[in-house]
Amino acid sequence: MNAPLTRLSASELAARIHAREISAVEVARAHLERITAVDPVVHAFLHLDAERALAAATATDEGLQRGDPPASPLAGVPLALKDVFTTVDMPTTCGSQILQGWRPPYDATVTRRLREAGVVILGKTNMDEFAMGSSTENSAFGPTRNPWDLERVPGGSGGGSAAAVAAFEVPIAIGTDTGGSIRQPSAVTGTVGVKPTYGGVSRYGLVAFSSSLDQGGPVARTVLDAALLHQVIGGHDPLDSTSIDAPVPPVVQAARAGADGDLRGVRVGVISQFRGEGYQPGVLRAFELAISRLRELGAQVIEVSCPSFDHAMPAYYLIAPSECSSNLARFDGMRYGLRIGDDGSRSAEEVMALTREAGFGPEVKRRIMLGTYALSAGYYDAYYGQAQKVRTLIIRDFAAAFEQVDVLVSPTTPTTAFRIGERVDDPLAMYLSDLCTIPSNLAGNAALSVPAGLSDEDGLPVGLQVIAPALADDRAYRVAAAYEVARDAAEGGPLAQRLPGLAGESIPGPDMAEVVGL
Amino acid sequence: MPTISRDEVAHLARLARLAVTEEELDLFAGQLEVILTSVARVSEVAAEDIPPTSHAVGLTDVYRADIPRPGLTQEQALSGAPASEAGRFRVPRILDES
Repeated sequence: MNAPLTRLSASELAARIHAREISAVEVARAHLERITAVDPVVHAFLHLDAERALAAATATDEGLQRGDPPASPLAGVPLALKDVFTTVDMPTTCGSQILQGWRPPYDATVTRRLREAGVVILGKTNMDEFAMGSSTENSAFGPTRNPWDLERVPGGSGGGSAAAVAAFEVPIAIGTDTGGSIRQPSAVTGTVGVKPTYGGVSRYGLVAFSSSLDQGGPVARTVLDAALLHQVIGGHDPLDSTSIDAPVPPVVQAARAGADGDLRGVRVGVISQFRGEGYQPGVLRAFELAISRLRELGAQVIEVSCPSFDHAMPAYYLIAPSECSSNLARFDGMRYGLRIGDDGSRSAEEVMALTREAGFGPEVKRRIMLGTYALSAGYYDAYYGQAQKVRTLIIRDFAAAFEQVDVLVSPTTPTTAFRIGERVDDPLAMYLSDLCTIPSNLAGNAALSVPAGLSDEDGLPVGLQVIAPALADDRAYRVAAAYEVARDAAEGGPLAQRLPGLAGESIPGPDMAEVVGL
Repeated sequence: MPTISRDEVAHLARLARLAVTEEELDLFAGQLEVILTSVARVSEVAAEDIPPTSHAVGLTDVYRADIPRPGLTQEQALSGAPASEAGRFRVPRILDES
């Protein structure tokens, strides 16, 4: 018996669909069944649309039957979309009460490109409210659970997308990364997550959190799948004025080339700031093992110091909240979304304040107030202005590092997945999850997380972060693909396939208890 | 070390149009102080001569061709409105009656 369709990668599924060995409808049904079986416990999805998904899959099947070429290399493949991208046919909530049930009047460019590519959007995924958080616990609609251990968080803010991919509910998903919200969830769920170069993927229709940092990107179980999805969603968009008017870097080619496992001549820099105190020992051991694998592949590994990175987190937690306090001013209860207290006697201002009080959760309120403070006259120079200078220093550290090396590496996040509830009352502890991912957002370069095995003390996934200069996303893909092949070979198969309760499974539609290890 | 009083949090909440509760004022005052103390570390960096970066890409004045394209219809624009009347957004009063 063949492996269940849900076990296949996006590229394997696409090859079989396009060769008409299986139909896109069968593939969509298999994944919808899987979602029905496991999502009651994983809670990766906020909204599912089986009917439209099957209609999209049917359209791909009919086209292929007529002899049309596939609309893209991913035509017919199911996908989960983070609920921060607008969709005309599904609600877009951003994990917030203030947008509960909101149906946008337009599609995001990412949404449109997915549809045009024949990708089958199954539904929208859970997230920390307005992408603010590192655990998906800040969702107004309840937390998502980590498929590797249901008592633990799947990371955040894109925990829904990462968990959906890890739990075999979909082969690929879309996330957004403002300070690590694609890479950190990928690291703790054993998936591949990529933050493209800032401006590489359109932000049109991506509900803004911090406009100078937000970037959409792919989540997958293999580096090649991530590259294929990156190619579909990337590229210039006149509707986003920060979109880069240049071709998408050759990411698919790089992922395929990297799979040859030859990194001779590639210079890899280990960031010395991201490996010492405060890091879980098992994460560091997995990271050291990854470094030795890169050496075995022929890479030249050196240590690189980026001293300004020590101030990246404080700079980020001034810049991002400042931009958020401005961006979230649009949620005023006037044109769309929630409105509270409009009883005929209250003023617009009172209604606005009551609406925002009821509609936003605690983390969003904290960040709005923090940003309001940092932008206040009298504090502006000391906080926001100084943070912007630190941002310049971080960009300079990267520039100096990339004169010595082709890519930089670090653990993606200092620890493995933490327990649900462990950090909710301690915002600073939560913020530390993004320690290693933030510098790339501030500098706008390309960075990804690729599974680096399991931490030996708790058996939970660890991520290897690979950072490349802006517009050189392909370098990160090449190194990650080479590493992925080496790790899979050394460990007897892909990490993602080792999800607890699933080892050796060969029967389609496993029952839920087995899947979740209950 | 920055300190932030309950009154200052109340002021920030007013500026940010958040009708926070008394309990939230206590909670947020404590949490914001801890966060501000941590982020104030940016001031340790000697950066007098360093230019600020507001944006990683540094694009300026991006134009697209001056070609009309359809926007939202009135119906689409009003489709998510909490209240509408006669084809317009209906909003609470914006002026005092006095």
